[in-house]
This record gives sequence, C-alpha cells and structure tokens, in this order.
Amino acid sequence: MAKITAGVASSHVPLLGVAVDQGKTRDDYFGPIFAGYDWTKKWEEEQKPDVVILVYNDHASAFDANIIPTFAIGCGESYKSADEGWGPRPVPDVEGHADLAWHIAQSLILDDFDMTIINEMDVDHGLTVPLSMMFGQPEKWPCKVVPLAVNVVTYPVPSGNRCWALGEAIKRAVESFPEDLNVQIWGTGGMSHQLQGPRAGLLNREWDNKFLDLLEQDNDDARHIPHIEYLRETGSEGIEMVMWLVMRGALGQKVKRLHRHYHIPCSNTAIGHIVLEPAE
Amino acid sequence: MTDTSAKQNIHEYLAEFDDIPGTRVYTAARARKGYWINQFAMSLMKGDNREKFKADERAYLDQWKLSEDAKEALLARDYNRLLDLGGNVYFLAKLFSTDGLSFAEAVSTMTDMTFPEYRDMMNNGGRSPQGNRSIKGGY
Repeated sequence: MAKITAGVASSHVPLLGVAVDQGKTRDDYFGPIFAGYDWTKKWEEEQKPDVVILVYNDHASAFDANIIPTFAIGCGESYKSADEGWGPRPVPDVEGHADLAWHIAQSLILDDFDMTIINEMDVDHGLTVPLSMMFGQPEKWPCKVVPLAVNVVTYPVPSGNRCWALGEAIKRAVESFPEDLNVQIWGTGGMSHQLQGPRAGLLNREWDNKFLDLLEQDNDDARHIPHIEYLRETGSEGIEMVMWLVMRGALGQKVKRLHRHYHIPCSNTAIGHIVLEPAE
Repeated sequence: MTDTSAKQNIHEYLAEFDDIPGTRVYTAARARKGYWINQFAMSLMKGDNREKFKADERAYLDQWKLSEDAKEALLARDYNRLLDLGGNVYFLAKLFSTDGLSFAEAVSTMTDMTFPEYRDMMNNGGRSPQGNRSIKGGY
C-alpha cells in the first residue's frame, strides 16, 4: 500500500531558483535562507521518497488566460522546465508517476473533486524551486513527482476549507493504491507577499508565524481562514498559503513538527518552510 | 480567524476586496477586461516573440486586440495603469523579464518609492500591515 509519510511546505520564490542556478546560495543575502533548508536536505536523503505530490501554482506558464483550472493534476510521464521569459531553468526534467497520478485523479473524481487532467505541460518555478530547495542540484531528481496545480491567481480561488478537504481526499486515494510507495506531499508558495500596486512589499511576520503554529496543532482551524484575511494580512499573493492546507489536510488530525524555518525577506517575499509527519 | 463554513455570497465576497488599500485583487471582472493584455504578455515567453517585440514594440502590439489605452500603458510600462486595465502581475512578469528587470525592481515601480528605497524597506522587514489592511477601518 502507498502511504503519505510526511508533509513539507515551502515558499517557491523564483529568485531562490536563480540563487541555486548561479551558485549564490551561501552568500550574505541567500545564506540565511538556504541554511534553513540544510536540515531538510539531509532528512530527504534519508527518507528517499518514491513520489512527491507537489501542490503548486502555475504562474502564467503552462496555463495562459484562456483556461483556468481550479485543481489540475499532472498525469503525464515527464515535464520540462518552462521558459518564463528568460529561458528555462537549467534543471533536470521532472519525471511523473503516471500510474499513481491517474489513480489519484480517478479516486478524487469519484470522491466529488472534479479534477482537470493534464497530460502534457511545462512546469515553472512554482514546482522546480521547491525541488531545488529540498534536493539541491542533482543530475536527476531523486523521486517522481505528481504535479497538482491550484488556481490561486484568478478570484475566486478555492477556499481553504476546500483545499484542506482535497488533501483529505488525496490521503484516501494514496492509501488505496496497491503498490508500496513512500509518498510525500508538499504545499508550496507564500508566505506573506504582495507583488502589485502601491501596497507592494507588505510582509507580516506575526501572522505568518501564527499560521505556522496553526499547522502544527491537532485541529483544523486553519481551513476556515477566509480569503479576505489572507488578502488584508499577508498581501495579495499571500493567498498561495491555501496550497499549504492541501498538504496539511493530507496528514490527518495529529502531526509532529520535525523542522521549521522563517526568514524575511527574499526579494518581495517572506520565506517559510515547515516539515511535518503524521502522528496517528 | 473566522469561520467560513457557511457559504459566502459572491457579491459580498467581491465587495470586500475594494476595501484593501493599494491593491487590485485579480477578480474575474479584471481577468475579462485584461484578457488580451495578459495574452499578449504570455506571447513573450517565446524567444522569437521577444525579439520581434523588442525590434518594434508598437508594431508588435498592433497585432493584438488591445485598446489604445492598453497599448500606451504597455509602451510606458505603467504597471499600475495596466493593473487597472485588467493586467495580472504574473502575466506582466513576462514583460519585466523581456526588459531584463528583476521582479523586485518592476514591483517597486508600482509604489511611491525608488527601487533602492523599496529594496531597503524589504531588507528592513518589508511594508508593515499596520494601517494597510482596510481603507474603511483604517487599521
């Protein structure tokens, strides 16, 4: 039986990818950010996940303004790094797990989640930056990836409650996959940031840490935070944190926190990172 | 942190967005209005198109179903105006990178600060949410 053994959350700021690709991860600016991922890199080497279900958002790369799927799951064999306007990041292709992905997609649809299925797409920094943060610069990524793209750009985006429930359904789907697989689920994006308008640059250390605290607790209060609260407190792009709730929902009620890291700033954004494991 | 388990009314949901200072939430209405601005920006993901655009910006823009307003805002890189016209920052980012601008520098042009001032603000903990959460509430 496949099992979700851990949940990881991380910001996915594109500049982190630039720092990795240009070898700047230990300089004065990026050093304190990357130091917070050293623990996780080592832990991942020990954990050796077979598959990561990677919850992220596409930043106008695979999806243009034409088609806006609320929840989309990548069921393809592999995905290339997207050209986001300055050429693709020099990272390995991302290998999919089509059998598990199709199993999850079918299970979710039967479980009342009307998923969009994607067979071919390029993946942007939302997906490749977390891989770089957790795995560094290998020749080949050490695990397969099931991309799960969430619309967090065009409002209304899905509610925190719906994201959490999707996580719960993903847990059920994974546990009904017959093959023994060590599966992790990652929620990415956030934390507080605003990339537009005169209020750009808003960061909220206090709120972000309250959110991290909530994720560690054995209740599901975080699923009920309304969109307007994210918008007011964490900037217009802080809403990406609803994707962390998909991860948290997939871990069950009780979790154990293994690692936590917070740093301000990276470019326009507050960096947050947490590693949790189910404790039931 | 309040409870959202009761279903929200779409009109009330959208109305709250107008109460956030200095922010244009990318609603369906903005997405409709700015469709071709965003699709134009999307085209800059291809190297060939970036070259064509750089060679003659006006001629490239004339190939798209854009209003004169939108074309002028794009030529002027007036990003706040583009947000008002329905542009979205993740699409407009293709134009930032075509111009060789970092995200932070491009974003700073939407504020009342110079880029060095904006960068200093970020390095000192960013813009405080205090007084920036609600226009009506002033908190």
